Amino acid sequence: MSAQILSPSLAGAEASATGTATGLLIIGASQSGVQLAISLRALGYTEHITLLGDEDHRPYQRPALSKEFLQDKVGSESLIFRSNEYWIEHNITLVKGERIESLDAQPDGSGTAMGRSGNSYRYTRLALTVGARPRLFEAPGNDLHGVVYLRNADDALKLKALAPGATDVVVIGGGFIGLEAASSLQAMGKKVTVIEYGPRLVGRAVGEETSEYFLAQHTARGLDIRIGGRIEKIIDDGQGAVRSVRLESGEEIPAQVVLIGIGVIPNTQLGEKLGLKIDNGIVVDKHAIASDGHTIVVGDVANMPNPVPGAPADERIRLESVNNAVEHAKVAAYSLMGQREAYAGIPWFWSNQANMKLQIAGLSMGFDATVKRELPEKGKFTVLYYRGGQIIAADCVNAPLDFMAVKQALAAGKNIDPYAASNPATLLKTLIA
Amino acid sequence: MAKVHFTDFEGATQVIEANTGDSIMETAVRNGLEGILGECGGSLSCATCHVFVAPQDLETLEPMEEMEDEMLYGTAMDREENSRLSCQIKMCEGQELHVTTPETQV
Repeated sequence: MSAQILSPSLAGAEASATGTATGLLIIGASQSGVQLAISLRALGYTEHITLLGDEDHRPYQRPALSKEFLQDKVGSESLIFRSNEYWIEHNITLVKGERIESLDAQPDGSGTAMGRSGNSYRYTRLALTVGARPRLFEAPGNDLHGVVYLRNADDALKLKALAPGATDVVVIGGGFIGLEAASSLQAMGKKVTVIEYGPRLVGRAVGEETSEYFLAQHTARGLDIRIGGRIEKIIDDGQGAVRSVRLESGEEIPAQVVLIGIGVIPNTQLGEKLGLKIDNGIVVDKHAIASDGHTIVVGDVANMPNPVPGAPADERIRLESVNNAVEHAKVAAYSLMGQREAYAGIPWFWSNQANMKLQIAGLSMGFDATVKRELPEKGKFTVLYYRGGQIIAADCVNAPLDFMAVKQALAAGKNIDPYAASNPATLLKTLIA
Repeated sequence: MAKVHFTDFEGATQVIEANTGDSIMETAVRNGLEGILGECGGSLSCATCHVFVAPQDLETLEPMEEMEDEMLYGTAMDREENSRLSCQIKMCEGQELHVTTPETQV
């Protein structure tokens, strides 16, 4: 098999959709778009499906882009979601490299989507799985050669092409993407400096104890991390490429590559054109249906009711994760089949950085107490989060047993006694009650 | 080329050709086999590619690492003696393996 991510060949699966009507048009050939199509076929959905994306690649998985793919540990072929034969056999038409610019929607949920190519796509139902785009870093020099983001395969290919010519890399943003990529680039022999604007690492996703743990661990492994770092500008080498990054303190950090990972902005543009309710993403009900009562919206772009059992009513959340893309798409598939199913399972997340495997179960928002479990000699570290005495989440580093136990307890609506759990030698699953 | 024989929990068997070097999970997922999810793409984070390996094949495999062993305690269907995470089993040229998929992965 020699097919590349970049390969334009797709044989019969890529037949033109122009002019022909489709049953369901899915805009966004992403994790959630792919899962929606697959789940619908598994449920027996018989209408034709068109899965349309604006990238020139066959639908692929993103997680490895900042890790194994960047480090050449896996090839592009292993990122591909499904073989070409799968799409053909399941009557799913893939459209690549097309961006929908406007929509003509009817009151019954059908309509026509007009693409940048000049092609149009008629549909009876519409699903938006359009995801999010990287937040741009606003500073002088942000357009120099060597400044990259890391959201899609083209970004990763660009970074891979730049990497051999770089000895020093500055990563702007100490979140998951920044730290994963920083660890990968360090493993590739680069001298890496991470500049985090906020008061701690991964501030949006983990609690303070976990942030501190990652700071200490990464520092010990040789990453130069600047918490509360203020960047004045990215400096030109005189030929349009990056030479360094200057901080407001006056310090100049050499860099031939600057990687920016400062979060994403949900792609609400098409939702706005449809007149859908927008609020930190496109607002959907618990069945993944937008405010027009027809449009399905799934994944990173969707602002949905907090799906965790027992979460406060009216609490809303927008989740950026593979697990959510998959589970949310399943809910949406049922909705398209005319059934109403609840979100299954507990949200979970993972991030691999150097030899640290972080797994997060549940959502820690609103916690009022934590319990730390640590076995330093085994590289294991866990923080349990409680709200009103009830466990709601856990950050687990190299501790899959803790992760699995908390996920299990949350799914069953049970608790884990915080006092007993503070002994790291005690297996959490024996405490689920 | 290599071959994987997948038997589902109801006993139905499918044989899928695998590229040398691909994992059993990748082979299954790319061909749309139900019964194996592989949500995390093979990074040993999700335990949704659980399989039971045929006993005669099991002894031909490299022993599992500690992380996989721990993850197997968190699979949806309880682990057995011959449980493995199929993302960790890479196919060798000419190899033929037999696995059974559990009733559910989540």
